[in-house]
Amino acid sequence: MATQADRARPDSSGTVDAREIESFSSVADRWWDEDGPFKPLHRLNPVRLAYLKRSVCDHFGRDASSGRPLSGLAIADVGCGGGLATEPLARLGAAMTGIDASDEAIAVARAHAETSGLAIDYRPLAVEALAASGDRFDALVALEIVEHVADRRAFIAACCRCVRPGGAILLSTLNRTARSFVLGVVGAEYLLRWIPRGAHTWSKFVKPSELARDLRAGGALVEDVTGLGFDPLSNRWFLGRGVSVNYMMRARLPEGAG
Amino acid sequence: MPAMERRFDIAVVGGGLSGMTAALALARAGFSVAAIERGEPGRVLADAFDGRASSVAYGSRLVLEALGAWERMASHAQPILEIRVSDRDAPLFLHYDHADVGDHPLGWIVENRFIRRALAAAVAETGGVEVVAPAEVVAMTRDDAGAALTLGDGARIVCRLAVACDGKASPLRAMAGIPAWRRAYGQTAIVCTVRHERPHRGVAHERFLPGGPFAILPLPGGMSSLVWTERDAIARRVLELDRERFLEEVAWRFGDFLGALELAGPVWSHPVGLVLAARLTDRGLALVGDAAHAIHPIAGQGYNLGVRDVAVLAEALVDGRRLGLGAGDGGPLEAYARRRRADAMAFVCVTDGLNRLFSNRLAPVVLARGLGLAAVDRLPPLKRLFMRHAMGTVGRLPRLMRGEAL
Repeated sequence: MATQADRARPDSSGTVDAREIESFSSVADRWWDEDGPFKPLHRLNPVRLAYLKRSVCDHFGRDASSGRPLSGLAIADVGCGGGLATEPLARLGAAMTGIDASDEAIAVARAHAETSGLAIDYRPLAVEALAASGDRFDALVALEIVEHVADRRAFIAACCRCVRPGGAILLSTLNRTARSFVLGVVGAEYLLRWIPRGAHTWSKFVKPSELARDLRAGGALVEDVTGLGFDPLSNRWFLGRGVSVNYMMRARLPEGAG
Repeated sequence: MPAMERRFDIAVVGGGLSGMTAALALARAGFSVAAIERGEPGRVLADAFDGRASSVAYGSRLVLEALGAWERMASHAQPILEIRVSDRDAPLFLHYDHADVGDHPLGWIVENRFIRRALAAAVAETGGVEVVAPAEVVAMTRDDAGAALTLGDGARIVCRLAVACDGKASPLRAMAGIPAWRRAYGQTAIVCTVRHERPHRGVAHERFLPGGPFAILPLPGGMSSLVWTERDAIARRVLELDRERFLEEVAWRFGDFLGALELAGPVWSHPVGLVLAARLTDRGLALVGDAAHAIHPIAGQGYNLGVRDVAVLAEALVDGRRLGLGAGDGGPLEAYARRRRADAMAFVCVTDGLNRLFSNRLAPVVLARGLGLAAVDRLPPLKRLFMRHAMGTVGRLPRLMRGEAL
């Protein structure tokens, strides 16, 4: 049951960009429509999940071939949207908390988790509020979100505060290169119409070096950067070395830090 | 009284060979499965000899082995050791011998009733499949959670994924609004089984007659299954003949190389047409077998296409589950569609092309196909490729088809 506090609109200051939240909220009911505005994320999902599963299993020494390899791990999904990655991670055994600054997204995510029969703790919060709540997680994932926040450095710092010492942070975003401008903005938004025009602001895309610097400032050490490539012939995404457009990053919060 | 509602991971609609194979493979992969069939339950085991048989390619055998069904039909399977392809105007153009591609037979011919029985026994042993029969799906709704199927008695089956194995007229495909591209060949397939005097020695024959291809497929016990494709008008007249006159027509086309012939069961017929679904998947729905692509029976590949569909679908769903994706999620379904589309198109083009090439009397075409077959026969690499394709061992094979676990 939604309480008044649940429904409170998250603070539009801090790392939350109100205009971004509004644009995502306006299409929130279509988060799970695989041919809708979030189609590219659905397409990207298997390869993102492959990276997340592999990384978390490596980090915590889990057997990736077991049925529920993430059992017992508390993981936060920041900017979870409708729960596209939150639900699969829950199915792999993780105790999931999903937060999003959009009330509408959280409402959709809650309803969908119920139909999926998954117990996920969804909260309409910005990451600073989660950090302030005192909850600490074994791992935190923030997928395709850092390029949408108002203050990236503060956002990453808050993410780091949510993770216990020895825990992991996993991020995915778009690099700020000429190639990502052509493919990610002109190609995906204007030519292929994969995503709504104006969904991305290229100047907010993040170079891996900048993200690594923000993570270091938050006390985390980058351990891996992996590129996501798209093969237009087979129409599928794959993990590889090229980080010039989409990439994922894994960082560790050292023991004794925090 | 509120209508009964039951929940499963997957509902397989259609109890034919492809549907039973799908239910078996998905249950063995650990999904809870409802198998919805029109016929009475138990009908499968009561089946008497009816003369209908299917070709099981080497790749399909590996899948059936991995599913624990092959050993239950193996004693009824006739290996194909050679295939002789000929044209009316010349006795032998092309000769396939299994020794050219290794030790394995080119395929096996098994009566459908034995395949059904083997699949039913394997399903019973596996568990995890609830047979819902006799039942017909009268409505389907789909949303983010999956599909809900309403049966004729008002009961509802709710599932993450509906798998349509309901044949080339697929009602589920129509309910989902997936268009199908059709081509009528103006041909009828006449199917029957004959007993013959002399042994067939495991040789299959494919004869290209002006009315359409005429296939002689060896069965155990001194019998052969015939698939005779004929122009509709002629087929209609042939089917009206009494059994004696009908057998004369058969004998005239069959030849006398196996001695005297005798009809060993009923005569079946069905219109031949190509049906190709515009897409193999939709939200919460996957098309398998004839519902996805019904091809010309010319190469006996119908069931094999269905088996490949099943092997790839099961693998895609298991791979998705390993990433935490649900059975109805887009990722696994998209992978299934992507991997099956190219392979199925190759079969469609080959069977359609062969039929059109050979059901033709124009002299230049007759000459060209003669030269073409003769050329293929003299080019061992090309011939081996064709054979491997027919054996079902070309391309990126699903794990089940490589004899591996899912």
